[in-house]
Parts: sequence; structure tokens; C-alpha cells
Amino acid sequence: MMARLAAILLAVAALFAAPALAVMPDERLADPAMEERARVISKDLRCMVCQNQSIDDSDAPLAKDLRVIVRERLMAGDSNREVIDFVVARYGEFVLLRPRMNLNTVALWASPLVLVLGGIALIAIRRRRAESLATIATGLTPEEEAQLAEVLRQTQPKS
Amino acid sequence: MTVEIGHFALVLALIVALVQTVAPLIGARRNDAALMAAGNPLAMTQFFLVAVSFGALCAAYMASDFSVRNVWENSHTLKPMLYKFTGVWGNHEGSMLLWVLILAIFGASVPAFGRHLPSRLKANVIAVQGSISVAFLTFIIFTSNPFLRLNPAPFEGRDLNPILQDVGLAIHPPLLYLGYVGFSITFAFAVAALIEGRVDSAWARWVRPWALAAWLFLTLGISMGSYWAYYELGWGGWWFWDPVENASLMPWLSGTALLHSAIVVEKRNALKVWTILLAIITFSLSLLGTFLVRSGVLTSVHTFATDPARGMFILMILMVFIGGSLTLFAARANAVTGGGLFAPVSREGALVFNNLFLSAACATVFVGTLYPLFHEALTGAKISVGPPFFNLTVLPLCLPLLLAIPFGPFLTWKRADLAGVAQRLMWVAGLALVAAIASAAMFDFRAALSAVAIGLGVWLMAGAIAELLYRARFEWSAPADGLRRLFNLPRAQWGAMLGHLGVGVMVLGIAGHGWRTEVIEEISIGETVKVAAYELRLERVEQEQGPNYVQDVAVFSAARNGVQVEELRPAKRIYPARQMPTTEAGIETRLFSQLYVSVGEVRDGGRTIVARLYHKPFITLIWIGTLIMALGGAVSLADRRLRIGVPKAARARGSVEGAAA
Repeated sequence: MMARLAAILLAVAALFAAPALAVMPDERLADPAMEERARVISKDLRCMVCQNQSIDDSDAPLAKDLRVIVRERLMAGDSNREVIDFVVARYGEFVLLRPRMNLNTVALWASPLVLVLGGIALIAIRRRRAESLATIATGLTPEEEAQLAEVLRQTQPKS
Repeated sequence: MTVEIGHFALVLALIVALVQTVAPLIGARRNDAALMAAGNPLAMTQFFLVAVSFGALCAAYMASDFSVRNVWENSHTLKPMLYKFTGVWGNHEGSMLLWVLILAIFGASVPAFGRHLPSRLKANVIAVQGSISVAFLTFIIFTSNPFLRLNPAPFEGRDLNPILQDVGLAIHPPLLYLGYVGFSITFAFAVAALIEGRVDSAWARWVRPWALAAWLFLTLGISMGSYWAYYELGWGGWWFWDPVENASLMPWLSGTALLHSAIVVEKRNALKVWTILLAIITFSLSLLGTFLVRSGVLTSVHTFATDPARGMFILMILMVFIGGSLTLFAARANAVTGGGLFAPVSREGALVFNNLFLSAACATVFVGTLYPLFHEALTGAKISVGPPFFNLTVLPLCLPLLLAIPFGPFLTWKRADLAGVAQRLMWVAGLALVAAIASAAMFDFRAALSAVAIGLGVWLMAGAIAELLYRARFEWSAPADGLRRLFNLPRAQWGAMLGHLGVGVMVLGIAGHGWRTEVIEEISIGETVKVAAYELRLERVEQEQGPNYVQDVAVFSAARNGVQVEELRPAKRIYPARQMPTTEAGIETRLFSQLYVSVGEVRDGGRTIVARLYHKPFITLIWIGTLIMALGGAVSLADRRLRIGVPKAARARGSVEGAAA
């Protein structure tokens, strides 16, 4: 479910990114579609020696090497997933800025939904408790409440 | 000599803070008026001593006194005077001293502005404030003392990190700290209320101005930091989901929630327990932010130095304050009884909705920022949680919130008529739809999300204005009457309107991202590059000698449809003292859009450069929007009702207005 949601959001996010040129002029691939794929992949890969940058943003030599590797793999006919697998096999999961969904990251990816649902549940429980407390305070049963409402309705002047 | 005075004043301040923590607290317990009143002069004295200490360090920096280790490490004689001064907090020790100075300013402003606070509440607040000072003064004196001497004194300093040599350093950290530390007051109020076991609408009225002030500074601090990163780091982004940015965003999100929930306490005497918890959480997140930055457990551009001893010390402060306040909360929260009931569709309901999504967004940022730490601790493997994660989770959480904002202020307290409100917002929705379609047609249909964001921004802006017009009852009366009523509306209402309007303006700025143009090109002198509607020609590359750097400036002329606009002068600098390069972006603002050029490499002896050139539509609206939000906070703060020490008559009138609102 989450994976599919993520895929949809990803597709939406892709709409955001206008087509652009390569990171450094001499690294650029001739085929614009291929180059665009390389850019998309690069944005999800971490520059390992930088503080908190993707290889797409970084000027570091290591980031440049990775950008070149990504493009080489793409030219060799890899799919986006195969390129990422290749990089992860070499550098480990740390290289991924978007952590993969697995047993260890399920708590991460599920957190927003769990938090909202948990919040709603908490609000509902507190509400019910407050309402029951209010009933105790007035000391009326639901039947009596209905009766009271009826009396009030009848005594109200017709407008 | 001044340095020793500063050092001595700092130690004295610690002793005063200790007394400030203990005396008023005992006074409040024993109902001893003299002990309670002692808190006032103690808080003032502590502020004075910390100010003397801070002044002494400033003097050492301005005089380039390299016999002080901290000055030697972070300054240089050739540095311009402004950066000698701002360099005081451009390092770990000095920035902690600034932190404590601002804490002492807030501590002193409780007796200064809170003359009408009940004495017991005031005593407890001052005591809690004092205890925070004790913790951080101890931290500075024992692990991060900026007054340590060097013997013999070196001849020249090691200079400040060049990235920090910018006006941004004069603006961003002080504002950010005013925000972070400002929430210590709401924290102190929350803890004081728990100690007394009493929360009422008067309490909320005293807390709200402090929360507003802290929020307003934090908003400005984050915004200015974002603009600084945008023009200084050189890759044209304005938000990077860097751990330290997240550390400032978390208290902002929960502080925004606090601002809204305090309204419910004030007006309806409900959500009291939750508001107390939010006040505790918000300051805890500020402390966590300080810990994350200062300990270096998460790598980031903001980490000056990593030192495990300091990290452990702040972690201990964190545990004492967060653990202590939460324990107190668990023990005493039941003493605080609930208030009025309300239907799910009501003003209260809308504010609960606001709190739900702001808290969820805040908690998601929290989980995402700290997950790599937990993951490594539990599995031993390092992972990264970067921008793609936050964009995919936090943005969808913000969407329902943004959609709901225009509804909120229209809803009545207790029970509201949603259909009626929807009807009043029809024209706003229509306007938003037209704006979305028009923008897509004007720019580029492929960037569909940007068009949606434009619609959202217009929805927010028009919605905010619609609410004010409705309050002034323009629909049913002569325009002159409506106008008069409009200007007589309480300032708090104007403030809320501006706050929500600012969010809309910011969303418009973000929307421009989808229509940006990016060109990365190797350019030789005389060549022209087309960026969106502009033609940029590299005229020449100049070598310049600055006060403490040398730079290559690429001079671009820019023309739109053959008409020349201003020159752009992006530069690549080298600071010899640290042998560090920086990039200075060349920026030309055209209304709300910007041309942005940053130089990567200079080749062929200065005849060719590699440059990134951008056209960023609407980008300045991002920061203009946040400024409008902060302005809303300031206007709201100026409301008579919140003004501290309101005369009785005005207070009575204020509560009538409040009831009518």
C-alpha cells in the first residue's frame, strides 16, 4: 500500500521537475531522455563525503565519479532500479537519500500515517470521556435529555 | 583585563542564577512575599552580568586579542569590523554565550513586563527560567569557556570560516536564538502552572504574547537562514532538509500549534492539558535542536566542532529538563480539569484539526531526522534519510492543513455551520480555480503540480482577505461603514489574517519551482547563453583583491528581448587564511523572479568558466510570505488585549470584543 502510494507521489513529484541539462557540461549524455533519467537518479543518491548533499548538487570529486558511473550504467542499458542496485552494492544503503522500504524502515515510512490515525483515535477517546463526564455532571440519562429537549421545544414560542 | 572581568561576570551570573532558581521557588511554597519578590532583582542582575560577559568577549574580538584562545581560533586582523563582531557567535563557545545572553534577556523581561502577573505565578516562572540559565552557564563555564587564555599570544588569528563571513551571520543566528530561547518562557509558564495545578484563561492570556514573540522571531530566523543558504551555498536551493534545518523547523511547527491551541484556552477554557504539553514539547525541541547542532551527532553545515564531552553534557541537560517536565506533567496534568465542550465542526474543532496535522508533521520530521541514529544503534548499519523522504511525507501532511486554513476563522465557537461557510468561500474557490488554470496555460502544462500550488496559494490569500471583509460586514452595509469597521477590528484579527495571507504568498513562491529554468554550461568570454526569456553574455572575468580574500568575478550582461537589464557579478573567492573557496552568487531580482548565476570553475586562465544559470520565477515570494507571516505575529502582539499590564477598563472592553469575535 505504502509502496504504491509512494510510487504515485513520486510520479506527481516528477511533474514538478522541469527538464534540465547535465550537472557539468562535459558529463552530459547526448540523449536528453537518458540524461533526464540520470538526473532523477542522482537526486536520490548521497554524496558520501559531503555533509548533506545529493551527488546532483555536489562539486566534490567523489560525487562526480558517481555521476559518471550512473551515466555509464544507463548507457550500458541498465534500468533505473539496476543502476541504483549497482551503486548500493558498492557503497551500501547509506548512499540512498530515500531509504528503501524493508523491515527496518517500515516504522519510518509508516510514521506519518500512524501519527495522524493515532492522533485521531486519541482525540476521539478524549472526546468520549469528556462527553461521559459531562453527562455525569448534568446527571441526566439520554432518555431524560430527550424528554428535556421535547419540553423545551414545546415551550418555545412559535416564530 | 576586560577578558577577566567577562570571565568573572560569567561565574557570578551562574551563582546568581542558582539563587534565582531556589529563592522564589521556596517563596512560592511558603507563601513568603519577600522571597518571591527576590526573583525580580535576581533575574535583572543575572541579565546584567551575562551582558557584561558578552560585552567583554565582543571587545576581545574587536581588538583582535589573540591571547584569548577563542579569538585566535576564529578571527583575523584583516577581517572587516562587522565580521570581527559577528564572529563572536560564529563559533561554538561564542554562540552558546549568545544563547545564554538571550535567555537572560527573556528572563529579565518577565519582571520588566510582567508587573501585573500574580506574584506566585511570576515567582515560579522566574525560578524555572533561572534553572535553565544554571544548566547552560555551567555548560559554558566547564566545557565551552570562551575566555581561556593562550600564552604566548600568537601573532595572527586563524580566521573565521569564510562561509560565515557574511551579513547573514549578523542576522540569522540572533533571530533564530530569540525564537528558540523565547519558547523557554512559555515552557516556564507551563511548568509553573503544573506546580500550581492551575490553568485558566488568564494564564493563556499571559502566555500568548510570549509564544507570539518567540514564534515571530523563529519565523524570521528560519526565513533569513533559508535566504542566506540560497545565495551563499551556491546551488540555488532554499531548503535542504538538513538535520539542523529540521531542528529549527520542529519547534516552529509545534510553536505554531501552541499559538493556535492557546487561543482555545483563552477563549473557551478548553484544551488546557494539551496546551501545557505543547509548551513543554516546543521548548524541548528547541533544546534538542541545540543538542543536535552542538554535539555533532548529525553531520551538517552548522556543526562547528564535534566534541563528545559537550554532546554528553547537553544530553544530560536535555534529559533533566525534558524528563523532569514530562514527569511533572504526568503527575499533575490530572489536576487541570477540562473546559467547555464543542461539536467537531466548530472553531475549536478547526483548531484541533490544525494541531493534529501540525503535530503529525512535526513528529514526522522528528522521526525522519533521528531515524538514522536509531537505525544504526539497533542494526549497526548506516542509512540516510534525505530530502526525498521529507518531500514525500511532510508535504502531503501539510496539504489538508493548507486546504482547511480559510475555513477555520469563519467557523463559530462551539458549533458551526460548515455548509454556510462553504457558501461564503465559493468565490474564493472559484478564484483559486481560475488562477490555477490560467497559470498552467500561461507557463507550462507539464508542471501540473505548480499550477495546483498556485491555486492553493490564491485560495489561502483570498480566503484570508474574505474573512476580514466578512467580519467588517461589507455585504450588508455601505462601503464607508464597512471600511470603518474594517479598521476597528481587533489587531489580533488583522494579525491572523496576515499570518494566513503570508502562508498563501509563500505557497505561490514555492509553486514557481516547477517553472524554473536551469542551464549548466561552459561559457567563454563573449559567448551568450539563453536562460528563460533572458540572454546572458559573459563580458569579462575580473580578478579582484578583497580585504581578506581574492576573487574571480564573472561579469555577465543580461538582456530581455534586446533590452539590457542590470549586470550580474557572480564570483569565486579564495580566503588565503584558511585556503577555503566560497561561491558568491550573482543575483538579479525582476519583480518577484530572480536570475541566479553561480560560478563553478574558472578555466583557461580566466577565459572560460563553468556556470550554473537559473531563472527562478516567483522565488522571492517565499521569503516575502514568511515576512508577512512574521508581520502578522507583530500586529497580533500589538493587540490591546495582549498588551501586558492592560488597564482594567480596557481589559473589560477587550473581553467583550473577544466574546463577539
